[in-house]
Amino acid sequence: MAAFLLRRLLQSIVLLGIVSIIGFTVLNLIPGGPLAQYALDPGMTEADRLRIASQMGLDRPLYVQYLEWASRMLQGDWGTSYRDGNAVLTVIARHVPATLLLMGSSTVIAVGVGTWIGIRGATHRNSALDYMSTVGAMIALSIPTFWFGLIGIYVFSLRLGWLPSGNMYTIGDGSVLNMLHHLIMPSVVLALVHIAIWSRFMRSATLDAISQEFVKTARAKGVPERRVVMKHVVGNALLPMISLAGVQVPSLLTGALVTETVFSWPGMGRLFLDSLSYSDYPVVMGLLMFSAILTIVANFIADVTVALVDPRIRLA
Amino acid sequence: MTAMTASLPPQTRWWQSRVVRRFTRNWLALLGLAMITLLTLACIFGPALLPYDSLYVDLRARFSAPLTGDHYLGTDPLGRDIAARLLMAGRISLMVGFFAMLLATLLGTLVGVIAGYSGGWVNAVLMRTVDGFLSFPTIFLLLALAVALQPTPVMITLIIALTGWMEVARIVEAEVRSLKEREFVMAGRMLGLSRTHIMFREILPNAMGPIIVAATLTVARAILLEAYVSFLGFGIQPPLPSWGNMLNGAQQYLGTAPWLAIIPGAAITIAVTSFNFIGDGLRDALDVRNDTL
Repeated sequence: MAAFLLRRLLQSIVLLGIVSIIGFTVLNLIPGGPLAQYALDPGMTEADRLRIASQMGLDRPLYVQYLEWASRMLQGDWGTSYRDGNAVLTVIARHVPATLLLMGSSTVIAVGVGTWIGIRGATHRNSALDYMSTVGAMIALSIPTFWFGLIGIYVFSLRLGWLPSGNMYTIGDGSVLNMLHHLIMPSVVLALVHIAIWSRFMRSATLDAISQEFVKTARAKGVPERRVVMKHVVGNALLPMISLAGVQVPSLLTGALVTETVFSWPGMGRLFLDSLSYSDYPVVMGLLMFSAILTIVANFIADVTVALVDPRIRLA
Repeated sequence: MTAMTASLPPQTRWWQSRVVRRFTRNWLALLGLAMITLLTLACIFGPALLPYDSLYVDLRARFSAPLTGDHYLGTDPLGRDIAARLLMAGRISLMVGFFAMLLATLLGTLVGVIAGYSGGWVNAVLMRTVDGFLSFPTIFLLLALAVALQPTPVMITLIIALTGWMEVARIVEAEVRSLKEREFVMAGRMLGLSRTHIMFREILPNAMGPIIVAATLTVARAILLEAYVSFLGFGIQPPLPSWGNMLNGAQQYLGTAPWLAIIPGAAITIAVTSFNFIGDGLRDALDVRNDTL
C-alpha cells in the first residue's frame, strides 16, 4: 500500500507541475500579462510601466518568472484581488462552500438516480425502461445546462411559483430550510447531465459484473435473485464508480459555473465570471489553478479509496 | 479502373458495405443525420427565403410572440425577426462546431499517433500534458482564454479546439499502441519504411474508425461549448448572432417573452442530440466487436 501511495502521490505532483505550466501560459496570454491592472491607467506613462515591469521582474527570462510564480503559489501567496484588495485565497475560500454544497447535493442526486437507472437497465436488458434510459441519457447529455435551468425557472418559479428563481437565501431569512428550498432547482439542473453519465457507466459495470463466474456460483447455490443482484453484482459494479466520481469533478465544476450564473448562486463559478467582467485577473488565475488542484486532489482520493477497497489494484 | 475490377468476384459498392447496413438499421442515427441535413440546408438557404433580414430592426414589432404576423418565430427586444436570426446564428454555430472539430481531431490525432507509436518518454510527456489539460474544467479554461484573446468567430473556434483535443488524443494513443504490435507494422519496419510512413500511412488508416466516432462526438461538444461561452457573454459578440448569444439576456425577459429563451435552446439541443445520435450509430456500425451480421 505504501508503495502504491508513493507512486500515486508522485504522479499527482508531476501533474500539478504540468497544470501550473499551462496556467502560467494562460496568465501570460492575458493582454498586458501580469501588468494588466496598470494597462488602462491614464495617469501612467510608458516609462512608468517599464519601471514597474522591471520592479516586478517581468524583464527576466520566462523560466525565472515561472519558478518565482510557482514558488509563491506553493507558499500560499496567490496575489491580491484588484477589486477589493483581499488576498486571492481569502476571496476564493469565501466562495468555495456554496459551490461544494451545490456539487455535493448534485452528486448525491446523480449517484442515487443514475445508479438505480443503471442497475434496472442492466438487470432488465432491452426492456422499455432500458431503451428509454439509453435514449434519454443521450438527450440529457445534449441539453445545454443553462437552457435547462431557464426552462426550470420558467416552469417552477414563474408559472407554478413553487421554487425560488435564484440566490441562496430570501433576504432576511437565513434558515437552513430556506437555503434548502433555494438549493433544490440548481442541484437538480446540475445533476441532469451527471445522472445520464452515472446511469450509462453503472449499466455497463453491472453488465460486466453479471457475467462473472461468482454470480453464476451464487445463483447455483440458490441465493435469491434479489440478493445476488444487491450483494454480488452491485457491490462489484460500484467499485469502478469510485474512480468515476473523481473523474467527474472538472465537468461538475463546468456545470456549476453555468448553474450558478443562471441561479445567482454565490459560488466559485459566479466569482469567476464576475472577476472576468472586472478584469480581476489574479482571482481568475487563482480560480483556474484552484479548480485544477481540486480535480487532482479528488482523483487522488478516489484512486486511494479504490485501492483501499480493492486489493487487486494496489497489488498490481 | 473498370477493366481492373471487372474480373474480381461479386462487387460490393460502398453503400452495400456492412458498416453502412448496420448504420442504416439504427433509426436514431438516421434521424440524427436527417435532422442535421435539414438544419444545414435551412441555415444555408433559409435566410434568403424569409421575409426579414436578421439585422432588420423594427421597433414597432418588439417582443412579437411566435406565429404572429410574418414573424414565424416572433421577434426579439429590438424587433428583429427570430427565425432569420436563428438561421444566421446556425451558420455561425454549426461552422464553429465543424471547424473546431476538424482542428481538435487533427491535433488530437497527431499527438495520439506520435505518443502511441513512440512510447517511452515522448509518450509520457505528451500523455501527461493531456492529463494536465483534462484537469481544468473546460469552461474555466475556455473563458480565461476567450478574455485573453479577441473573441472573433475564428478565435473562438481555435480556443474550443485547443480545449477539446484531449479525448481524441487518448483514444488514438490507445488504438495506435495496440496496432503497432501487429504483423503489418513489423513487415513495414522490415521493409525499411520511414517512421512517418509507418505512423501515418500504415497505422493511421487502421485507426480511422474510432477517430471518426470521436470526431462526430467532438462536433456535438464544440457546439455545446460555443453556446456556453456565448451565453455567458464571452463568445461570439453581437450583432453577429450565434445560438448561444441569442440566449444571453433572455433570462430577464423569461416572464414576458419566454420564446426568446426556448427557441435558440431548442435549436442547440436538436443539433447536439443529432450529432450524438450519429456518433453513437457510427460507434455501433464501425465497432468490429459489435459485428453480429
